[in-house]
Amino acid sequence: METKNGNMMNAVYISQINCITPLGFDVQTNIEAVLEGKSAIVKSDKYPLFPDVLLGEISDEEINIRFEKISTESNFSRLEKLMILALYPIIKDKNITEKTVLVLSTTKGNIKLLKHLESSVSEVNLGKLARKIARFFGFITEPIVVSNACVSGILAVSVAKRILQFSDNEQVFVVAGDEVSEFVISGFNSFQAMSDEVCRPYDKDRKGINLGEAVAAVCLSKEKKSGLVEVLGDASINDANHISGPSRTGEGLFISMQKAFGEAGILPSQLGFISAHGTATLYNDEMESIAFNRMNLSETPIFSLKANYGHTLGASGLLETVLSIEALHRSVVLPSLGFEESGVSKPIRVFTEPQTENIRYFLKTASGFGGCNTAVLFEKVE
Amino acid sequence: MNKKLYITSHLTIQNNKVILDDKELFRSELEDFSAFSKEAYKHFEINYPKFFKMDNLSKLAFLGAEIILKKELLNDTDNDIALVFANRSSSLDTDYKHQKTITDKANYYPSPAVFVYTLPNICMGEISIRHKLYAENSFFIFEDFNAEFLGNYSVYLLETGKTTKVLLAWVEYFQNEYKAFMCLISTSGTEAFNIEKMKEIYTK
Amino acid sequence: MGNLKEELKAKIIETLNLEDLTTADIADDDALFGDGLGLDSIDALELIVLMDKDYGIRLADPKEGRAIFTSIQTMADYIEKNRTK
Repeated sequence: METKNGNMMNAVYISQINCITPLGFDVQTNIEAVLEGKSAIVKSDKYPLFPDVLLGEISDEEINIRFEKISTESNFSRLEKLMILALYPIIKDKNITEKTVLVLSTTKGNIKLLKHLESSVSEVNLGKLARKIARFFGFITEPIVVSNACVSGILAVSVAKRILQFSDNEQVFVVAGDEVSEFVISGFNSFQAMSDEVCRPYDKDRKGINLGEAVAAVCLSKEKKSGLVEVLGDASINDANHISGPSRTGEGLFISMQKAFGEAGILPSQLGFISAHGTATLYNDEMESIAFNRMNLSETPIFSLKANYGHTLGASGLLETVLSIEALHRSVVLPSLGFEESGVSKPIRVFTEPQTENIRYFLKTASGFGGCNTAVLFEKVE
Repeated sequence: MNKKLYITSHLTIQNNKVILDDKELFRSELEDFSAFSKEAYKHFEINYPKFFKMDNLSKLAFLGAEIILKKELLNDTDNDIALVFANRSSSLDTDYKHQKTITDKANYYPSPAVFVYTLPNICMGEISIRHKLYAENSFFIFEDFNAEFLGNYSVYLLETGKTTKVLLAWVEYFQNEYKAFMCLISTSGTEAFNIEKMKEIYTK
Repeated sequence: MGNLKEELKAKIIETLNLEDLTTADIADDDALFGDGLGLDSIDALELIVLMDKDYGIRLADPKEGRAIFTSIQTMADYIEKNRTK
């Protein structure tokens, strides 16, 4: 791939993928659940001040049972165990050298520890979290933490690709994760952003988000032969509009897509599907429809996985990318759960049943607080 | 052939002082950051009432950007400045504030205006809004100022044409301990960009 | 009622960090949103919290908020009728 300045840039590939969610502890279980229209979102009884809150939560018991199988060490937080479990199958046979890097994506990390306000500051530090994970797997290099609101998971993929292009590093592992917590529930509740039903991305009766938790992991390198997809183009452009509401013209998302397509050298009409953000808030989904319309993507199948998993914050971008890669290789467009009738002002093409389709390219987008947006284009490696 | 890159200007806000390109522009006796930042706001004649809604991390970042970018004499079309930001504590200072509003179950009133700042990248959003920057944004967490990574990442954005200028920044704020270090990297200037030079300026 | 309006003005200035304003600067009928005080969506959410915290009023539907928060006068009227604190 040639850059604007004529430098040859190495092509970068994602070669392995994994995810852990309430619907399953591996990709296969998850993809089948999504194809069957399953949702992880149920009423939770864990938060007395939010007695009817709908959440997508992973079983504590499952986490501990599985973690005990790979380590007897006990001083890991629940999130750390999840991240280690997600990385484990894709790292365990690899050779970790001074050219292997870990990129970790999270919005709040071990924020649950803040409840014990006497905790020293270092306990909730995101760098500390990353170093613990890195140390477990024997990384020699300093981990890179990406903490950029709800685009973090897919931005981390973009950052990993960029690292492989500007340095002589050979392999980058990306892990992304966030947990459901009272900290976050109470915050989103104060924003009146949560729905009292399973969320309905792009639907005319959508009322807001559900919160969820998940972890996902991928491995990137410059080796095509083990590649599942090539990372063709990426951009992360700010809306420059408002810190919590998206741009009414979808400016940042639109420009991100323009730049990603420009770098990839492909046309919007060549896309097989868009794995969109679709949080089911009034404003986010509307903004996306406007941005996709501006990119001539109104006919391209789009789906959101937020009704299957809830909004998994710093994990969402990567979780949804992982499932999209799996879908790509199964030649299927994933159904968009929660959708019945469009409630956005621009036309969008949403399917509620899986569609068999030979796909070569897909687009992943995400948006978040702070006016951030990320768009990344992927191409199937046959 | 890549264009030559320069440290167009650099800024440090620390110990109640604002220093731009090694020149002290402002100094205050006020130790409390909130009071210091208000004094600085007035001194630099910033007219932006939303400043007072920001949390301390965003105020710190906003002040720095306001001063370093003003010098750049931005016109309205100069809005392709990538923000490559990092710190150690993320938004922890504000996280504590939000946590306090949910500690007493009998007095439970979380504030959306506080909660929105419990993400470190919001400060980049504030700067983007102010200066209409439709550009690359990324926020990283490191134990200390990682000049190599941030510098190489910035150079990559410039050399690949993903941006025209980079505002590289370390903006750390936690419980009145703060440091903002900002470096504007572009194709104009007198000081050639290199990572060692940047480290040197940071440590001064 | 006069006291309540003064109180509201002071609370709004403090809670919403309206740095350069005094209560004298806010007329009872000034538009709080749009062209008046220029409050935004986060401010609207803060006012909902303020109603709950200081006056014990929980809005059944937050969309009601826009009408209630039109001005200090409309807010005071609503609080007078519905306060539980």
